[in-house]
Amino acid sequence: MLLLAFDTATPAVTAAVHDGTTVLAESTSIDARRHGELLMPAVDHVLREAGVRLDAVTGIVVGVGPGPYTGLRVGLVTAAAFGDALGIPVHGVCTLDGLAYAAGVAGLGGPFVVATDARRKEVYWARYDGPRTRATGPAVDRPGDIAAEVAGLPVVGAGAALYPEVFADVRPPADQSAGALAALAAAKLADGEEFLPPLPLYLRRPDAQVPAAYKAVLPK
Amino acid sequence: MADEPLVLGIETSCDETGVGIVRGHTLLADAVASSVDEHARFGGVVPEVASRAHLEAMVPTIQRALKEAGLAASDLDGIAVTAGPGLAGALLVGVSAAKAYAYALGKPLYGVNHLASHICVDQLEHGALPEPTMALLVSGGHSSLLLAPDITSDVRTLGSTIDDAAGEAFDKVARVLGLGFPGGPVVDKRAREGDPQAIRFPRGLTGSRDPLYDFSFSGLKTAVARWVEERRREGVEVPVADVAASFQEAVTDVLTRKAIRACRDNGVDHLMIGGGVAANSRLRSMAQERCADAGIELRVPRPKLCTDNGAMVAALGAEMVARNVAPSSLDLPADSSLPVTEPHIPGTGADAGHVHR
Ligand SMILES: [Zn+2]
Repeated sequence: MLLLAFDTATPAVTAAVHDGTTVLAESTSIDARRHGELLMPAVDHVLREAGVRLDAVTGIVVGVGPGPYTGLRVGLVTAAAFGDALGIPVHGVCTLDGLAYAAGVAGLGGPFVVATDARRKEVYWARYDGPRTRATGPAVDRPGDIAAEVAGLPVVGAGAALYPEVFADVRPPADQSAGALAALAAAKLADGEEFLPPLPLYLRRPDAQVPAAYKAVLPK
Repeated sequence: MADEPLVLGIETSCDETGVGIVRGHTLLADAVASSVDEHARFGGVVPEVASRAHLEAMVPTIQRALKEAGLAASDLDGIAVTAGPGLAGALLVGVSAAKAYAYALGKPLYGVNHLASHICVDQLEHGALPEPTMALLVSGGHSSLLLAPDITSDVRTLGSTIDDAAGEAFDKVARVLGLGFPGGPVVDKRAREGDPQAIRFPRGLTGSRDPLYDFSFSGLKTAVARWVEERRREGVEVPVADVAASFQEAVTDVLTRKAIRACRDNGVDHLMIGGGVAANSRLRSMAQERCADAGIELRVPRPKLCTDNGAMVAALGAEMVARNVAPSSLDLPADSSLPVTEPHIPGTGADAGHVHR
């Protein structure tokens, strides 16, 4: 097994190569505005560092969000194109599940919450019973509206630190790691678990203002 | 000729997911998936709706183009993609896809200019472009007079619209007349039953002291709206066909007049017209007459190649390959305001033109 994993659903542009047992290389940079520019150099970098050729990769793992749309699409269209060009499967994984898995590696048992920044004063979030067991979500909400549901629970993900009044017990990690995403995918493959289709979890309808009816130019 | 460059082009700058494949000047495939119907109820292109549609359509449209051309992706000599100008989020889907295919297939990547592509597509219809080429580009997003001594490296703006694009004016007039979106085809259709001389609408920026090659369609649009509203206010039935024909006549009069003037002033004996509005039947016929009178050879591609499509991107990419232009690098950005003076975004660093597999 040789997995190439990446995720662009959060400000982290992260890529990793995993051989089914361990992370061979990982590259993560935080820049919410340059997903498109950073992803392919990161992929190139981790493949070189791992000393593997892209055509030796047996599967693509991609974070499917939820996340702000423009960045999210960079990872998904890249994964789809790789899958098509190389004739290999593309495994979709909920981005929040990657953070939950990393939290488990960092020692968190459960229950806990994962929250990432959804902008517009909202978070993408989910509740976990354990690092590999999502209990509810993912959803997008205003932190104040979910205060009762997350009260008393540890929270991981960069969305937590933005709203300390709601998320009091902030734990690492803050940022997505493709290494963790790949390790989760390797574990799921080993256990014969299902993946998500490599399609975006937007969780919101597109902003589309229907223009007002035709505006007259003559004075009334 | 089999040794001409075989290039796949990806276009996602607006609402069409276009993938074309060319060999040199020969069109092999032109696959398009459009989200125009999803925008119609909004009366204009909604960027987020367009971007979502591009993501869904990207891989299937590439597969369709390869099938249409009867080729495997590994046969290609390069991948070209619109790097700008256009809608930022929409461009990014195409640029990301192009990078992934180029990287996975070990092919050079060419990030090219959408406007230069609109000009270069005519090589698929009428063979090699003369140098320099004079081009009139008219669409919902652009109205420009461009002079291109070398389509791969030297494209200059002689003039452009100072307010609305010509295609936008068609959309707005269609809205005033209650004809729906997009406005271009429906105004053209209704205008065929109307009298183009019925109403004398203003010709923007055609005074003796106005800029020679710039355009303005905002005043025309307002004049049409005012004229229609006055009739409605008086309770008089609006002669839709006459309004459409007279409006269209005003637009095409200004466009062709200025384009021919630009050819004469610059000693160019060819005029290329591209962009979605180049599909307009009156613009085509008027340009034909006026060019014939002026001794200028007119080159207008078939309508499907005038609107946004992947073949035009492939055509410019093939020209880049043929002229040994250096490929773009893996950090190629999508640039929503890429100036037309940059037909191609060259590589930035050590990985330019170098593909690791
Ligand atoms: Zn265009």
